[in-house]
Amino acid sequence: MNNQNKALLLTALLALVACGSTPEQPDAGQQAEESAEIRDGLTGSGVQDRELGTAKPLDSAAARDAAMRRQLTVYFDYDSSQIRDEFLPVLDAHARFLRDKPLARLRLEGHSDERGTREYNIALGERRGEAVRRALLLRGATRSQLLVVSFGEEKPAVLGSGEAAWGQNRRVNLVYQ
Amino acid sequence: MKIRFLLLLLSAHATAVYADLQITITGGQVRPVPIAVVPFRADALESVDTDVARIIETDLAGSGLFAPFPREDQISRPASETEVRYENWRALGVEHVVLGGIRRAALGNWLVEFQLLDVYRASRTLGFEIPVSASGLRYASHQISDLIYEKLTGHKGVFNTRIAYVTASGPLENRVFKLMISDADGHDPKQLVRSTEPLMSPSWSPDGRQMAFVAFENSQPKIFLQTVATGVVRKLTDHPGINGAPSFSPDGRKLAVTLSFEGNPEIYLIDLASGALQRMTHDPAIDTEAAFSPDGKQLIFTSDRAGRPQIYRLNIAGQGKPERLTFEGRSNARASYSPDGKHLALVHQAEAGFQIAVMNVQTRALQVLSEGPLDESPSFAPNSIVIIYSAKGARSAELATVAIDTGIRQQLRQTGDVREPAWSPFHK
Repeated sequence: MNNQNKALLLTALLALVACGSTPEQPDAGQQAEESAEIRDGLTGSGVQDRELGTAKPLDSAAARDAAMRRQLTVYFDYDSSQIRDEFLPVLDAHARFLRDKPLARLRLEGHSDERGTREYNIALGERRGEAVRRALLLRGATRSQLLVVSFGEEKPAVLGSGEAAWGQNRRVNLVYQ
Repeated sequence: MKIRFLLLLLSAHATAVYADLQITITGGQVRPVPIAVVPFRADALESVDTDVARIIETDLAGSGLFAPFPREDQISRPASETEVRYENWRALGVEHVVLGGIRRAALGNWLVEFQLLDVYRASRTLGFEIPVSASGLRYASHQISDLIYEKLTGHKGVFNTRIAYVTASGPLENRVFKLMISDADGHDPKQLVRSTEPLMSPSWSPDGRQMAFVAFENSQPKIFLQTVATGVVRKLTDHPGINGAPSFSPDGRKLAVTLSFEGNPEIYLIDLASGALQRMTHDPAIDTEAAFSPDGKQLIFTSDRAGRPQIYRLNIAGQGKPERLTFEGRSNARASYSPDGKHLALVHQAEAGFQIAVMNVQTRALQVLSEGPLDESPSFAPNSIVIIYSAKGARSAELATVAIDTGIRQQLRQTGDVREPAWSPFHK
């Protein structure tokens, strides 16, 4: 489906949702209110009870892991394959998931920024992927679950030069298969 | 005839027309020599649409070493030395005159005749006639440029050589990569390979007939070999991990490559006839970007075994510990020998970023040639004097050349991202 078709479908769906909540058909509460006024000269109004979501304990490990696992990119410093401390909890969460789901497969795609030569950057991207792989193995993932590939500087996340772009491009993407 | 044959086959698998690279000269500290290229006299050939003199003029001007005297200011149009009045050219400040003619030869072929005249000595420096096929006039023109360039500079001309390069176009999530070949002046670009995954590291075989390059297959880089004339591609390596940085041995029988299937990137030699693999480096660091010395006895490569990437050299036969060659700057990478073995072209990282530099192999002195900040992929022309490289800008990359003796730079512009140039060997 192309983007134009997607947009049309979305418009149609929104129209349906709008029809569903149209105020032209009075609901049961309003009808009761009208009939009460007509019979006794009294005005009655309904009070809706509040809706509450089910509270989940904040310290649930599963919830925390799920949130952590939404982070699918590990970023690196310039010319470094050292995993920064901030990403260790992220890798903990992914490793626990892989340990619990032996059939899950994860591809680690290493990337570099545009500085340095292209073939060296392919090697650097692989070194970053290997660093993430080792960290996941140490945390309980198995070898058969992980595959490291490297694109070096060939597939930047963002174009442009300068630290803002470079910082986003020095990364390992975690791609569940 | 040979050239024509090659082009016909090429066009069989690459018929699309691409824009020529646009050339601008930017650097240089040399006074260009004034030279007049008189329009060639065509002998009853109304159908000649190749302006031989203009091609020669553009070639010579492009080197930065010559200042062509404007055609419209030429007061006479001699076609042979007997028609030349040297004192007139002397009065105009012209030092050399190129003139000639084109006439029909047997079997639909043509004969291009030219002379190079020395205005101050009032004598002929060169005189040749070149037989060409109907479609070969452009190449005959480059051949004349080569002869003039060599006579007047002492270096072989590279006007009849070609360059391979990689282009990337389209949005980031939908890029198209092409491996291209054009004439050295950017004329007549032809597509060798197209892919929606990255293409990298084109490398010519010493006879110019084969091209090794890296393409991604299932997100993994593999090394491929292509026969340039036919376009036929075969996969050469398919190891797990990195398959990269191919570079031919001077005899064309081996390929130096980088493979990481044994744990980390190491240099290997592949025997192209047998497929046998010989491991050349043993280090837990990154070893990559190997290139042969012209005598085939040594390999230079990039390694970060000392922390930052630097250039090392090893003896292929003797083994022993690789010798570190570079110590200046933050890092040095992707070195290759000049064909005469006197220099290494490399990417030098210092305060100004990444710049193209040459190292004198004898003295180890390093000379920075480009301005940076993101220059890469230097490749020597077969005359060992000019280097082509890619210069990355904010949005795209373009090709440039620099002469190592004069510092004269040329930019070759094209829309889109143009990178990883590789200069062909001399036409054989």
